[in-house]
Amino acid sequence: MTNGSNDVRRIVVIQAGTGQPSSTRLLADRLAGATRDAALERGVDSTVEVIDLRDHAQALAGAVLTGFATGALREALDSVASADAVIAVTPIYQASYSGLFKSFIDVLDEGALRGTPVLMGATAGTARHSLVLEHAMRPLFAYLKAVTVPTAVFAASEDWGAIGGTGDSGASSGLDRRITVAASELADLVAGRAGTRNRTDDFTVPAGFEELLRGA
Amino acid sequence: MQFGIFTVGDVTQDPTTGRTPSENERIKNMVELAIHADQLGLDVVAVGEHHNPPFAAPANPPVLLGNIAAQTKNIILSTATTLITTNDPVRLAEDYAYVQHLADGRVDLMLGRGNTGPVYPWFGKDIREGIPLAIENYALLRRLWTEDNVTWSGKFRSPLQSFTSTPRPLDGVAPFVWHGSIRSPEIAEQAAYYGDGFFHNNIFWPMSHTKQMVQLYRRRFEHYGHGRADQAIVGLGGQVFMRANSQDAVREFRPYFDNAPVYGHGPSLEDFSRETPLTVGSPQQVIERYAAMADDVGDYQRQLFLIDHAGLPQKTVLEQLEILGTQVVPELRKIAAARKPEHVPDAPTHASRVAAAGGARDLTVHGVDDVTGLTAEKDTKEAVR
Repeated sequence: MTNGSNDVRRIVVIQAGTGQPSSTRLLADRLAGATRDAALERGVDSTVEVIDLRDHAQALAGAVLTGFATGALREALDSVASADAVIAVTPIYQASYSGLFKSFIDVLDEGALRGTPVLMGATAGTARHSLVLEHAMRPLFAYLKAVTVPTAVFAASEDWGAIGGTGDSGASSGLDRRITVAASELADLVAGRAGTRNRTDDFTVPAGFEELLRGA
Repeated sequence: MQFGIFTVGDVTQDPTTGRTPSENERIKNMVELAIHADQLGLDVVAVGEHHNPPFAAPANPPVLLGNIAAQTKNIILSTATTLITTNDPVRLAEDYAYVQHLADGRVDLMLGRGNTGPVYPWFGKDIREGIPLAIENYALLRRLWTEDNVTWSGKFRSPLQSFTSTPRPLDGVAPFVWHGSIRSPEIAEQAAYYGDGFFHNNIFWPMSHTKQMVQLYRRRFEHYGHGRADQAIVGLGGQVFMRANSQDAVREFRPYFDNAPVYGHGPSLEDFSRETPLTVGSPQQVIERYAAMADDVGDYQRQLFLIDHAGLPQKTVLEQLEILGTQVVPELRKIAAARKPEHVPDAPTHASRVAAAGGARDLTVHGVDDVTGLTAEKDTKEAVR
């Protein structure tokens, strides 16, 4: 899990868009690119790895039933658990993150996102869904003990055709601006902490058995 | 190396016929299976403990084991598993010692915490205390088996003053204990601490995971001074379906797999077979797959197969047992014996444990009347005279 090469940080993108092309994927790529640039401005090099949940849809159904993940899905979960930062982007379905997105979160190992800087993004057909980020997604990541950046980025269909995205004041409050702000916030967290997050080994017993006996 | 079968007594509909056995049928089928396993020369039959439908496994396995003991000769009777969390350790000490006598020592047991959440509240326990319950209850169980007179107090049951668990273990030697756990390192630690066996029921798990748990147990077994890591006592689960022709096996088993209670409607038979020990094919394929398990977990002592599940009819189950007993196990035994280094022990049996203890001792405790100082035995003699 060590980043041997002089602290290159790993940004892992979880994206749940299923369309082809997918506006969710589009937003994810924009966020990832902006984060890389912002990190570079802070003197930190990073790599981006995108996990398209569509590729794991069947494996996710299997993992939900069997309780364990295998193959490429296992690798994706491990990748998230060892990421220096995560960008999580989902389409909004029925007033919340998509089921596919939640299934992936459901099979993450316990503590996989604890302390991980996370930038959240979402897409939908209308801006009326934008608060899903604050009312559904942020509590989810709070539960997972992730460190979410203050700005979450929502893109409605109309944002993709606006100058600098939607908003009366154009570039100053539109999609471009929101992406830049959120990416800067994530880059601050990535640059501000050492790379290589240490995870407790699941198979280490914290106490010797004598201590467990005494506790009983 | 010991080879055997385990059953969890699930009452499952046969997806190919729509027929579901009755509880009575399922219970009698388990007994029949055990008798056949003994006749085929398998080493172990283990039965589950359950407290809810759709299971016809006993709530207290010694009830079933006592019946099987009476109808079998050589096979070791075990459990898969005995709940150490929600059972009173006093009753466990009494009941398992009793069936140990009935079976002339052919008894050991596997302790587990259970996988059905509501069982805890049904028996007045708190599931959040699962690990502490397993630790305290087992510590008491051990004392009840090794000490004639136990004065004890703990967190989870009423204290005991001068309590003697009866009958005392046969020949002065308690049944050997395996600790079963899928993912709790504390339980591997517990098994290692006492130098007991560790059983990883890996039937739904990839070998990468099983290997980690077994390695932890082995490492800690050595740490606690019971021997070298490769001398720890390890057991694994397994799941097979066989026909002479492997395509026939796959064709016949697929509907059972696709509708199985645990993993049905999830991964494909092929994916699941690749990731878990499930092997559907010819006896030779099963031999090759299971002979290789030791490459991952080291030379181990006990291999149990689940064969009566997913609604398979009893006739098919008995055929599977026969293939296992006549074609697969004899080969696996040879391979295991050939590869096992001299210093790696076999699984403890009653006989080996009695020998290790320096011979059999009768620990029968005779009651003494605290007023007259007479024992019941003496009373009787004097009355006769």
